[in-house]
Amino acid sequence: MTAQPPPARPNLTHGQLFAGFFQAGIMGFGGVLPIIRRLLVDDRRWLTQVEFNELFSLCQSLPGANVVNLSFAFGAREAGVTGAASAVLGLLSAPVAIVLGLVWLYGKYGALPPVRHALLGLAATAAGLALGSGLRIATPILKLPRNIALAAAVYGLAFGLHLSLPLIVLLTLPVSLLLAWRAVP
Amino acid sequence: MSLNLLGQITVLFGKLSLLAVGGANSTVPEIARITVGEKHWLSASQFSQFYAIANAAPGPNVLIVTVIGAHVAGVLGGLVAIAAMVLPAGIAAAIIALMFDKHREARWRRVAQASLLPITAGLVLAAACVLVRQADTGWLTAALTLVTALLTWRTGAHPLWLLGAGALAGLLFL
Repeated sequence: MTAQPPPARPNLTHGQLFAGFFQAGIMGFGGVLPIIRRLLVDDRRWLTQVEFNELFSLCQSLPGANVVNLSFAFGAREAGVTGAASAVLGLLSAPVAIVLGLVWLYGKYGALPPVRHALLGLAATAAGLALGSGLRIATPILKLPRNIALAAAVYGLAFGLHLSLPLIVLLTLPVSLLLAWRAVP
Repeated sequence: MSLNLLGQITVLFGKLSLLAVGGANSTVPEIARITVGEKHWLSASQFSQFYAIANAAPGPNVLIVTVIGAHVAGVLGGLVAIAAMVLPAGIAAAIIALMFDKHREARWRRVAQASLLPITAGLVLAAACVLVRQADTGWLTAALTLVTALLTWRTGAHPLWLLGAGALAGLLFL
């Protein structure tokens, strides 16, 4: 194991963490990841690109919303439990407030015909976004035969048979772990 | 709104937190199955609209749980939902990231990552199909979905423009 050189900069304060992640949250339309990468790596230089990739790939291989996990992990590294809280509250406070406002508006005006029609169009487009980004995520994964078989099984259990998510993971993860264990060097 | 309802929201999303393989979208089929199919908190059409609202707002797409929580149990419901959804996974991520500094190239990590990829792929495609079935009720909505999916998949067009165009098309033609 090689020793890592100590970080060149002092740990970030709670205020810096909150402000940085607040900016990423409020600017993160249609996906926070590119914004948060630019902010952490290019603008504030809190992480190098390599450090960012490492942290993000770790967060991706763990369950949960990826950028939220990244905020927890980065905040905790910088300033412990309260650092994690500062980063996560920074990331989520403005978006949550905005979404709560939208739900209130939905309750008040959602039934009006023009609003309803716009929402139906919005929903169809968002379904297309989910399909497009799902295909973007899935196509590189579906190059290996074992991945195709497993993904098809998961898809069938979830969309065809409506099994619960805990059950799906319980049924497929052991098989997937075994196959990966044998394949990954 | 009752304490019981807040409890149900907490249990539902708290349980899903550690099952969100590869991101929040993986839990969309399960959230729809429970909130629409089992608990009847919202209709299928509303679910696809709420997903759209969460997408149109800034921030991570895990916000779908705040939209549902707030619809079911007001502001408190929205806050409880997001806390339940991010805390278990986030705490686990923070602890593992702190430990991980010590063994960064461990084999177990590559194995874990490789084993989760196909499950993520299956779940995000199932999520997309759930949403498509809920949202597409006619030829125009189906066309909107198809065009958006192709543009997103092939060109990476910015979601905000696509959503704006979709809302406008709905306003004018639906």
